[in-house]
Amino acid sequence: MLRDITLGQYYQTDSVIHKLDPRVKLVATFVFIISLFLVDNFIGYLLAAAFLVCMVKISKVPFRYMVKGMKSIVFLLLIAVFFNLFLTPGEPLFSFWKLTVTKEGVRLAAMMAIRLVFLIIGSSLMTLTTTPNNLTDGMEKLMSPLKRLHVPVHEVAMMMSIALRFIPILLEETDKIMKAQIARGADFESGNLIKKAKSLVPLLVPLFISAFRRANDLAMAMEARCYRGGEHRTKMKPLIYQKRDRLAYVVLLAYAVVCVYFGRIFTI
Amino acid sequence: MAIILDHVSHIYEEGTTMEVAALKDVSLVIPDGQFIGLIGHTGSGKSTLVQHLNGLMKPTSGHIYYNGADIHEEGFKKKELRSKVGLVFQYPEHQLFEIDVFSDVCFGPKNMGLTEKEVQLRAYAALKQVGLEDDYFYQSPFDLSGGQKRRVAIAGVLAMKPEVLILDEPTAGLDPKGRDEILDQIAALREETGITVILVSHSMDDVAKYVDRIVVMNQGSVMYDDEPRNVFRYYKELEAVGLAAPQVTYIMQALREKGFPVKTDIITIEEARDEILRALRN
Repeated sequence: MLRDITLGQYYQTDSVIHKLDPRVKLVATFVFIISLFLVDNFIGYLLAAAFLVCMVKISKVPFRYMVKGMKSIVFLLLIAVFFNLFLTPGEPLFSFWKLTVTKEGVRLAAMMAIRLVFLIIGSSLMTLTTTPNNLTDGMEKLMSPLKRLHVPVHEVAMMMSIALRFIPILLEETDKIMKAQIARGADFESGNLIKKAKSLVPLLVPLFISAFRRANDLAMAMEARCYRGGEHRTKMKPLIYQKRDRLAYVVLLAYAVVCVYFGRIFTI
Repeated sequence: MAIILDHVSHIYEEGTTMEVAALKDVSLVIPDGQFIGLIGHTGSGKSTLVQHLNGLMKPTSGHIYYNGADIHEEGFKKKELRSKVGLVFQYPEHQLFEIDVFSDVCFGPKNMGLTEKEVQLRAYAALKQVGLEDDYFYQSPFDLSGGQKRRVAIAGVLAMKPEVLILDEPTAGLDPKGRDEILDQIAALREETGITVILVSHSMDDVAKYVDRIVVMNQGSVMYDDEPRNVFRYYKELEAVGLAAPQVTYIMQALREKGFPVKTDIITIEEARDEILRALRN
């Protein structure tokens, strides 16, 4: 019944982007998104588009996967476009009923739309080329300076990896429990909201118990193998910057400078 | 009150690159009151088959009839079917959720819409049927031992008074004593009520001891469907698909090879004992 939801939909190929250190990809996505919001004219967006298209091509991930992520924001996109189109004050272009479309409105709506679309494609690119565990490793490494401020960086990263690891397992368990209760006549579908919420108890209680049981077993297994937290813990595959990562940072810096510069000096 | 499977096939993820044919053209008749053992290696289609019997899954082709009615036809009440064909999943104790044992067993009959009194009578009877002492009735199900929890879960299905009881590996994870207890209880239940029982198992010894008929599944099709004695004759073919014959059968084979004149179509320890004694006396 419940199909496995592949988180972030990692798409396996061997491209340069796939091989990049996850930290580079995280920083790049962050820089890219910021550039989208700093840019003020369409030249900037053109540069951003060129950059994005290049990256997508290099990643060897079929374009249709990038588009999948857009389904979730279609609604948001429409609202943003609508509000900017009709509610921006300025030089009117045409109007019907009481709604006026202004030149500024069109411009703002277009920019909003571009920003949202590029944002989604950019983030999708990151999740499509990086496995969830790789991402958490990258985040852990990036956040490690925070350890000096007593932020539990390692613990947070470990929690994220464990959570990711258990999602498919718990989904399967949910499926099993649902079927077992349905076999006893449980009904998860009919009834009003309150009834439906109540009917979830026979599903949620066993699920929580199961999750706690697994957590307990996992903790014991980890301790039995001498896990004591992040202190002095080494990694089998440590994240070490390679030449291509340094090159990628240079390219990123170049893009950021060029894009934001040209994206702000003109007004188009 | 028979279940008939008519050319049932089930394909998972049909039309994608990951499609898997779990059941291939399976036709079976399950008559009233029979004790059937369903055996097969992992991936043979046993669990898929069993979930079709109470309408949890729908075949991609073929029909399933309960008492002559097609269960996937418009208007057929699957909820009712599930109270007549009771399915106990593997590790059923994972489905327990209520505050106390008694309430959990009441869940099934309550879903059937019975009166409060009837619900309680049935829950009580079911718990007695699985041999659980009264003192445990109002304890939290999570305070019980593994074997006790399992019995509570089985009682939860029995409380619906099904005509057919399907048990998916009821002895998984139990010690030998626990296994014997549960299987003896099921056999006794059948003696008492004439209920049809389908036992899905990995253990040839368990199955050989209790069932009237064995259905062997292999890669989605029925490989053998016969009396236990006849099925275990083909122990070499069974071994080839990851199964085996009861341990006792191998012992008898070994004895015969050493020149001891015993029959080899023995499937239970009691039969072996009798046969060895008989051969010794002659």
